[in-house]
Amino acid sequence: LRKNVEDFTGPRERSDLGFVTFDITADILNRKNGLHIFWEKNTLIIFDWNVKQLFLYLSAEYSTKNNALNQVVLWDKIMLRGDNPRLSLKDMKSKYFFFDDGNGLKGNRNITLTLSWNVVPNAGILPLVTGSGHVSVPFPDTYETTKSY
Amino acid sequence: ARGEGAGPAGPRGGGAAMDLFGDLRRMNKRQLYYQVLNFAMIVSSALMIWKGLIVVTGSESPIVVVLSGSMEPAFHRGDLLFLTNFHDDPIRAGEIVVFKVEGRDIPIVHRVIKVHEKGNGNIKFLTKGDNNEVDDRGLYKEGQNWLEKKDVVGRARGFLPYVGMVTIIMNDYPKFKYALLAVMGAYVLLKRES
Repeated sequence: LRKNVEDFTGPRERSDLGFVTFDITADILNRKNGLHIFWEKNTLIIFDWNVKQLFLYLSAEYSTKNNALNQVVLWDKIMLRGDNPRLSLKDMKSKYFFFDDGNGLKGNRNITLTLSWNVVPNAGILPLVTGSGHVSVPFPDTYETTKSY
Repeated sequence: ARGEGAGPAGPRGGGAAMDLFGDLRRMNKRQLYYQVLNFAMIVSSALMIWKGLIVVTGSESPIVVVLSGSMEPAFHRGDLLFLTNFHDDPIRAGEIVVFKVEGRDIPIVHRVIKVHEKGNGNIKFLTKGDNNEVDDRGLYKEGQNWLEKKDVVGRARGFLPYVGMVTIIMNDYPKFKYALLAVMGAYVLLKRES
């Protein structure tokens, strides 16, 4: 579902605005070795003594005529140590507006959604890790003109 | 004799101070120069280490203190951040960057939420504090909608909690800063290596 809407928060030009709904199932368990994410049956993550929190975010990455690489964060969540490590979110709407810089969403077949996270330690290095699953989302060739979302 | 006396701590305390200055006067010129050189060496070494860090990390300010609560609960006011700013490091969504808005001196620590990069390497990106409701466009310069590589001071690679509080206290209470400097200076100048 995609509309072409004036972007009030940014440059005052008409840019493509995308709407995506998604499900996230992730399993982030306490395990002794390895840093992985369980998403669609893959692997597992650690919350060890030096991990204060994980900053999770879902980003859409794609290419357009205007820009060779675009990344837009659609949703994020802070998961503190001690929080339920299993995520099972269904039919989520993106937290942030998915505006493109221009009109590159129309007909774009290859938008990859990936879940990544920033490990925030109690003290030490701040790594950025990408989950091993990803989803490809194609956008239609036409604009949606209905008002509802 | 000094130190013996009727009366309250006044003369006694004065006696100790007199001892100290007596010490100083008794040091001959050579010893005094030696002390000053020692002090200068300490200051130079510290400066060299700082400059070395700037070169190694590529950032003009490789260690910064978090000044606001806009990145809580990850970072709190007073936390220390270690930055790198390698030229070839691409800017990607999710990274924590420290940037300066054109014309303002205060570095801001926020997360990159949007990146648009052209084939030739030109990048423009948008940031937002984790603890803020809205993105940083309100903080940028009038009419500015995106940040560019040149605005970046560095990327946060590591962090230590609380340690930076000293800098904040020294900023908010300058008297504390002067007192600390005076004590450190006195210690270095008057301490004698045996």
